[in-house]
Amino acid sequence: MNLAEALGKLGAMTWFLLRMIALTPRALPRFGLIVQQIFNTGALSIVIIMLSGLFVGMVLGLQGFQLLQRFGSAETLGVAAAIGLVKELGPVVTALLFAGRAGAALASELGLMSATDQFSAMEMMAVDPVQRVVVPRFLGGVISMPLLAAIFSVIGIYGAQLVGVQIMRVDSGSFWSQMRAGVEFRDLVEGIVKSGIFGVACSLIAVYEGYYAAPTAEGVGRATTRTVVTSAVIVLFLDYLLTSAFL
Amino acid sequence: MPKSSALNLGTGAFVLLGFAALAFLTTQTTSRGLHLASQPHYDVTAKFDNIGDLKVGAPVSMAGVEVGRVARIDLDLKEYKAVVLMRINEKYNQIPVDSDASIYTQGLLGGKFVGITAGGSDTFLKDRGQIDFTQSALVLENLIGQMLANVTKGSSAGADQNKTDGAGAPEKPK
Repeated sequence: MNLAEALGKLGAMTWFLLRMIALTPRALPRFGLIVQQIFNTGALSIVIIMLSGLFVGMVLGLQGFQLLQRFGSAETLGVAAAIGLVKELGPVVTALLFAGRAGAALASELGLMSATDQFSAMEMMAVDPVQRVVVPRFLGGVISMPLLAAIFSVIGIYGAQLVGVQIMRVDSGSFWSQMRAGVEFRDLVEGIVKSGIFGVACSLIAVYEGYYAAPTAEGVGRATTRTVVTSAVIVLFLDYLLTSAFL
Repeated sequence: MPKSSALNLGTGAFVLLGFAALAFLTTQTTSRGLHLASQPHYDVTAKFDNIGDLKVGAPVSMAGVEVGRVARIDLDLKEYKAVVLMRINEKYNQIPVDSDASIYTQGLLGGKFVGITAGGSDTFLKDRGQIDFTQSALVLENLIGQMLANVTKGSSAGADQNKTDGAGAPEKPK
């Protein structure tokens, strides 16, 4: 893909985002559709988010303990794990998992709908497919992402606690009190803002790629692949930008 | 419609879980920010020669109990002193006006905090009051510099003594 193509795609995506935002007030009254999409993208992702969060937290507990013990400050494991999870790992890993699970599902669903001419059929019935089909999916993703990231962080903190306190015998009291003293409200805001922006980015990429997928079996496959790859790269890039903006 | 109600139930459970997680993060993992702003408080300033690396948000404590937080740090360009604005919890409104404020270090290399030692006066600090007696932060580099100066002075003094004693053999350092 050359530069002009990439810029063109960025512009087209921006227009698509503006179009969805403009259509949001009209899509909101059909609240049931949004609830269904929150179920599809959010509730069905809970298991993978919780399992990943648990293991990420446990690894963080183990690695953090090994490192901090060298400096004789194993009690600060709570702060280290909590800040790492809330600010970085929670939003980023959740967004990557979201792109892999919900984003790929969204793109292939929309791609198949376009391949089977369902959007044209809706237009024939004077129903705007973007308003009826795309906007609820986008909103569902945007609403789900911060909640999933928060669940990820909480489970991760308990995973770190499981390894640090239960197995490595860091004092439970200092684990929690150091965390409370060390984590600032700003850190939580940073994590929530990040996951909100990742939610917009991942959902936008998924619905855009799906909606404009080439109406063939190959086109749907490509749209799904592009969704996951683009989302992952964009999330990591945005993460750097947002982190430096919050410093 | 049983399918729709199951869907609503699942979505409701997910959203509830998500907000419970957010609530857990805001209440259990942090003690800063939220509740200090909501609690009644009064502001007290103190001027220090040097605050070291005291930061906004550092605790203010009396007898080891946290009574407030550092809210703002400024430089007074007339006296070239650091002006530290401390936000003290309204609960602790009986701090004598002649109390003194010092900057201490948490642990060996931890962050700085302001410690207030109570004075003997019967009048208490009010909102926008000022603590006049202050002691600066101990800056580690200055301390090491002083210590090195003392050590070199001490060893040269020792060498002089050796000379005057006439005992040539230098003592082995322990």
